[in-house]
Amino acid sequence: MTVENVTTSTRLQKILDNYYVRKILLSIVTLFGISILIFTIARVLPGDPARLALGPRAPEDVVEQYRKLLRLDQPIYVQYFYWLLDVFNGRFGLSLVTFRDVLTDIIEFIPATVELIIFTLIIDVIGALSLGVISGRKPNSIIDNAVRIFAYAGIAIPSFVWAIILQLVLANWLDLLPAYGRLSLGIEVNRITGLITVDALLNGNLVAFADAITHLIIPSLSLAIGSIAQEARILRANLIENINKDYILNMYAHGIPNSIIFFKYALKPSMIPTVTIMTLDMASTLGNAFLVELIFNWPGLSRYGITAMLRKDLNAIVGVVLVIGLAYTIASIIIDLLVSYLDPRVRYKR
Amino acid sequence: MLLEINDLHVYYKSYWYILKVLNGVWLRVDKGERVGIIGESGSGKTTLLKSILKILPQNGIIPRGEIRYDGKNILKLGDNELTKIRRKEIGIIFQDPMAALNPVFTIREQLYDIIKHKMMIEGHNPSSRELHEQAVKILNDVRLPDPERVLESYPFQLSGGMRQRVMIAMALISAEKLLLADEPTTNLDVTIQDQILKLIHKLVIEKNLSTILVSHALGMVYQMTDRVFVLYAGDIMEEAGTNELFNHPKHPYTQLLISSTPRLSSVGVGEGIKGKIPDYRNPPPGCRFAPRCPYVMDKCINMKPGKIQVNKDHVVSCHLYD
Repeated sequence: MTVENVTTSTRLQKILDNYYVRKILLSIVTLFGISILIFTIARVLPGDPARLALGPRAPEDVVEQYRKLLRLDQPIYVQYFYWLLDVFNGRFGLSLVTFRDVLTDIIEFIPATVELIIFTLIIDVIGALSLGVISGRKPNSIIDNAVRIFAYAGIAIPSFVWAIILQLVLANWLDLLPAYGRLSLGIEVNRITGLITVDALLNGNLVAFADAITHLIIPSLSLAIGSIAQEARILRANLIENINKDYILNMYAHGIPNSIIFFKYALKPSMIPTVTIMTLDMASTLGNAFLVELIFNWPGLSRYGITAMLRKDLNAIVGVVLVIGLAYTIASIIIDLLVSYLDPRVRYKR
Repeated sequence: MLLEINDLHVYYKSYWYILKVLNGVWLRVDKGERVGIIGESGSGKTTLLKSILKILPQNGIIPRGEIRYDGKNILKLGDNELTKIRRKEIGIIFQDPMAALNPVFTIREQLYDIIKHKMMIEGHNPSSRELHEQAVKILNDVRLPDPERVLESYPFQLSGGMRQRVMIAMALISAEKLLLADEPTTNLDVTIQDQILKLIHKLVIEKNLSTILVSHALGMVYQMTDRVFVLYAGDIMEEAGTNELFNHPKHPYTQLLISSTPRLSSVGVGEGIKGKIPDYRNPPPGCRFAPRCPYVMDKCINMKPGKIQVNKDHVVSCHLYD
């Protein structure tokens, strides 16, 4: 072996040793596995996709031709091979409902969902941190008990019920916020990124920006309440546990002011489990978004996904599931980065 | 008299019950005196030290007693005065340095905060260069090699001995008058224990600090202290000068404690004391050692013995000497 060979192989070894490189490689393998699984499941489910796509009145020979076109007459592994070939060429197959490439559809529908999820996350982080801190600071006080009751309700009531309650109270009864949609009638924004709030700002249209925000509040809040409740409780529990640890008592012993002890030395270690739980909650938020988008007539990916499943739109189902899988992967990498920022023990052991 | 504790009671409250841990403890420390507290695990030694600085966990309460430090009752002190004592006068070394150092902050972060707040109470707001100088100086004082690297490290990156040295450094910043050491070597490797002890001993002498050394390592207490208090189940059983106590122990508990310590010179291992520390939810109403005492009498069961002066500088709390 030449010297050059040795250095390239050790360099490669070093890259592979990097935690994040390994994680990304692993997620590619996972996504690959998901695609096989969903591809198979979508095809073995009962119902004839070609018939569903063309309707009950189409003549049998036309349906048969369509089936051939979709390669549904061939074995599943052959179909998968062709699908994979398509994917490497940047196509995700034809949607049987919109008759467009699934990727085109996804690019059209995903910004609405992304905007909803991001806004949900912002509300979630602000809500969970502030409620967790105020209840952990004074355990068993009136505020803590109020948060406790809110948290039990928040965890017990599913987000689509919150959606309906909030829609009813805030939109119908109090008329504070719009009940559904992304923008009010008559307000328009040129599509650049597809995220209406961002586009409105890029267009310099502050009225549209404010309008988009008001439309986001109820759906995001109903998606966030469950996560807020759970995370606030976990943060509170960790704060109460950590405040009696020796490393906190040591700071008291040195006469460090209470606020520094609480907000610096107790809060940071207490955040670690909370941030970890946030990953799991983000996952369930994606799932809950399916129903919430339906309730708020939100033109997002989840609604597209539901239609795909009901109409047995094979390629669309696989596409949507893959996008969700990708979202999980990205989320888990972000959370990993956050946890390793908060916890040096994780950072240095990788 | 630097520190005088009288009739100190400390309870831990939980939802269902109250643990009555300290049961009228007394203690006194003269200026420059090195005092030892011995007793088995669970006797309340750590609780006693934590109450001196009023840093009990949130469920800890002090229903009765006084802790007189420099003539002032710490339990009734205002926040400002208490903060001054905590920042400048009394320092504490915790038992387990891994638990007492915040795992998610560097040593620098924690040490700087402690130094900064001490200097602030002296009316001086230090620059980061001053903080750095002070931190390096204090780490040199505890013989830590490569202070720069230690400052950059997180606790888990240091060895047990290094962590305890950092802990001692922190305690020294605040301990200008009194140093509390809570079993400072229990969680260390045997080979390191001796080094750490010698270091503490040297620093105490150098800085002429009054000390309370809590331990169940009797040899260590014998070497390092002037006077010893024996604590059992939240009661002081005996108090005497170190030599007097180890050579003429009066209380049955002290006698058993000393004879149960293994010695190189004797054959086999000591006997140990049968039984265990009483349940603090419902402790014995009389002498708390009565259930385990080989000389137990009727009155021990129901009546708590008073302090009995057996000779000059030797007090015992036992009905045998009534």
